[in-house]
Amino acid sequence: MKPKEKQNTVELYYMEARAKLIDIAAFMDRIERDGFTDDFRYKAFKDALRELDSENRAQSVLLSLSDPTEELIPFATTKAACGAWPDKP
Amino acid sequence: MRYIEPHAHMVSRTTDDYMAMVTAGCKAVCEPAFWAGFDRSSAHGFYDYFCQLTDYEPKRAAKFGLPHFSWLCINPKESEDVKLADEVIALIPEFLKRENVLGIGEIGLNKNSRNEMTVLEKHVNVAAENDQLILVHTPHLEDKRKGTQLIVDLIKSDSRIDPGKVLIDHVEEHTAKYVMDAGFWGGLTLYPESKCTSARAIDILENFGSERLWLNSACDWGVSVPLAVPYAAHEMRRRGYDDDAIDQVFYRNPVKFLSQCPNFTVR
Ligand SMILES: [Zn+2]
Repeated sequence: MKPKEKQNTVELYYMEARAKLIDIAAFMDRIERDGFTDDFRYKAFKDALRELDSENRAQSVLLSLSDPTEELIPFATTKAACGAWPDKP
Repeated sequence: MRYIEPHAHMVSRTTDDYMAMVTAGCKAVCEPAFWAGFDRSSAHGFYDYFCQLTDYEPKRAAKFGLPHFSWLCINPKESEDVKLADEVIALIPEFLKRENVLGIGEIGLNKNSRNEMTVLEKHVNVAAENDQLILVHTPHLEDKRKGTQLIVDLIKSDSRIDPGKVLIDHVEEHTAKYVMDAGFWGGLTLYPESKCTSARAIDILENFGSERLWLNSACDWGVSVPLAVPYAAHEMRRRGYDDDAIDQVFYRNPVKFLSQCPNFTVR
């Protein structure tokens, strides 16, 4: 799918992306200042940042935060997901 | 504009939301059975819920001139208890006769457990035996990639199921291709944090083709936006799309998929 009139997407999205980037920087400053850097979610977050150098960035970030295993688990001990795979080495 | 809201849990919403939706151009709303936010204690709770989805809620929507359709199942979040699931699944065939029912959904996986998969198989079997459309919920966040592949592989291997009659919901950048390549329809859910933003949803339409995708708000009792679908249409307009392209994605696509069920009609 392509628009009839292509827009300048930098014009459309730059300010929003800039704000999100600064939010990420401030989030990392906050976690480091408060000493929670060992949390598996924060480690997964920092790993996922490296995917910004890849080609399909959104897909690569999502995969980096995903459970990479293939087998069904024996039973569900929780209903919730936390946004990062807890067993990542 | 005119649009279909193909996935909304209206029993959790207010009449103000109905008013806002019809004012924004909503022509039909479809409500899959889902988790109440707590586990129901018996199959009787599901019986009452199915009555609500097929009788009371359509009447509430009709007060706003909005046709209401529903999907039936026990949600994957409650699928760990296979005995309860069996009792609930046994109720479904009788309710399939009700005139607003579209099919079986939203079934699927939540944490990708063995019992969830067993209950998914049982639901797929009910759909196959009763020639029903299927609406699939894919897991959240870190569980989505694995769960989506397990679900696609299971349904694809059942020769009784036509993939064109199955919609796999909540796809994102890392799962859309797997779903589309298998011949299924895909759903994009517009949640600010845990699923897709409008901008990302339109990226996915541009990257994977718009022919077999729809967009929904999946609004429920949690943080969600009942007008997320028309907001995404506005985002498409900002990107330079014309009214015809918007109508295709937000109206004609869902109508095409849903019209495979004879119960679905829109004026
Ligand atoms: Zn839902």
